[in-house]
Amino acid sequence: MAETVKCKKCGAELAMDVLRKHKKICPCCGYYFRMTARERIDMIADRKSFKELDKDLSSYDVIRFPDYEKKLEKAMDETGEKEAVITGTATIGGYPCTLFVMDSAFMMGSMGTVVGEKITRIFEYATENRLPVIGFTCSGGARMQEGVLSLMQMAKISGAVRWHSNAGLLYITVLTDPTTGGVTASFAMEGDIIAAEPGALIGFAGQRVIEQTIGQKLPEGFQKAEFQLEHGFCDMLMGRMEMPKTLANLLALHRQIPEKERRNA
Amino acid sequence: MSAYDKVTLARSSSRAMGSFYIGQIIDDFVEFHGDRRFADDGAICGGVGLLNGEPVTCITMKRGDTLEERMARNFGCPSPEGYRKALRLMKQAEKFHRPVICFIGSPGAYCGIGAEERGQGQAIAENLWEMFGIRVPIVTVVIGEGGSGGALALSVCDSMIMFDNAVYSVISPEGCASILWKDSSKAPEAAEVLRLTAEDLYGMDIADVILHEGYRTEEEIAVELKEMLTKEIGKLKRLSTPRLLASRYEKFRKIGN
Ligand SMILES: [Zn+2]
Repeated sequence: MAETVKCKKCGAELAMDVLRKHKKICPCCGYYFRMTARERIDMIADRKSFKELDKDLSSYDVIRFPDYEKKLEKAMDETGEKEAVITGTATIGGYPCTLFVMDSAFMMGSMGTVVGEKITRIFEYATENRLPVIGFTCSGGARMQEGVLSLMQMAKISGAVRWHSNAGLLYITVLTDPTTGGVTASFAMEGDIIAAEPGALIGFAGQRVIEQTIGQKLPEGFQKAEFQLEHGFCDMLMGRMEMPKTLANLLALHRQIPEKERRNA
Repeated sequence: MSAYDKVTLARSSSRAMGSFYIGQIIDDFVEFHGDRRFADDGAICGGVGLLNGEPVTCITMKRGDTLEERMARNFGCPSPEGYRKALRLMKQAEKFHRPVICFIGSPGAYCGIGAEERGQGQAIAENLWEMFGIRVPIVTVVIGEGGSGGALALSVCDSMIMFDNAVYSVISPEGCASILWKDSSKAPEAAEVLRLTAEDLYGMDIADVILHEGYRTEEEIAVELKEMLTKEIGKLKRLSTPRLLASRYEKFRKIGN
């Protein structure tokens, strides 16, 4: 029997292969299912254009934290990935770029030193090769199991983003469900252009923590992509159907003109 | 002393924090208010004064002393306006070519509806991004609790001085214990595994200098802190601006690579 999955929003029973063909959007109600990093890359990069970098970097138990090794092994088994982010180069609509794509299926997309290192390296690669960076974020935040080293990755990546920006290069972030904690408080919010997938949860503090602190229920739609747009924290909602086309257009609009031509213009 | 003893000391309501040390070390201090965008956040206070006769910008987290003041200052948990005020003062320091000293001691960024509506995450992110480009020396002094991203927003620096009873952590020991063992009373065990003490951070090349408090009065500690700040800022002032910014990036670049 074909694998099926139930829509969280409308309850429809959907065949997984049908859902995948629909970019993981519920055909009944339009709900966005979460995508793995590989599914995301397949959806937005030109066919066979993606070349992965640093694919063998994997985490180890840096501070000897209880059960961390077991958690890592489980995440690797379940996802078939080595870490919560995949990085590399690709073309979108023919335009070259670098990509980092986080995967919420791997320990909630949490950021440890390897996630920090891979994202830092892709920014450095992009700076050296004068390429734009497109980043898809989804994360529960810094990875507790690596202690303060995880926290410092927020600063490390921000530094790499800054140097990439100083070189006059483009950085687009696409915030996907869920983007929270230390990722929101660093590179997710540092894009020249910040887009968000409709309905994605995007915020700094976790909803349960806020509810406990203020002692009341949060209003409907709080910290959703639409809320962030309304409050001025993202440039646009970017639906999956038009995502490759919109990204290609943004890359085209920011095409790097060689300095010689610019001077002659 | 256990890691959790240090957490308790770092949080202690009688512990002297940034404002006290500014009072001891800095002459002719003038406080500046407001982020010029929305409000003045009492959880962060900053201004300009003299360190050995040279102007410096000082920015500190502030909890307040009385209960009333603590409530007004959100118990030292900054809102987005606090981080934006801090950034405004750093840019002012850059304009007038004076170093920046940041003092850390806060449970973390304020958590609430308004803080989210006004972009708590964005405010912290902007500070991290901007601080890698501030063209004057930045020294961060960790005195109390360095709580997560909320403390990091004042920690992108050229040199980090850490008091030996201060702590710096990705998550509070209570938060960690309740995730790990569903029991926040196991915070002491969590504090141990989180590696949050000054020695831990020094060993990870995050803290550059440890200030050993010993059995001294806070006034005596202030004298040593002043010497350390003078020395660190003196070293940093000798670097060219490109060198300063490159080594600031290098300091963080090598963490966990
Ligand atoms: Zn549905």
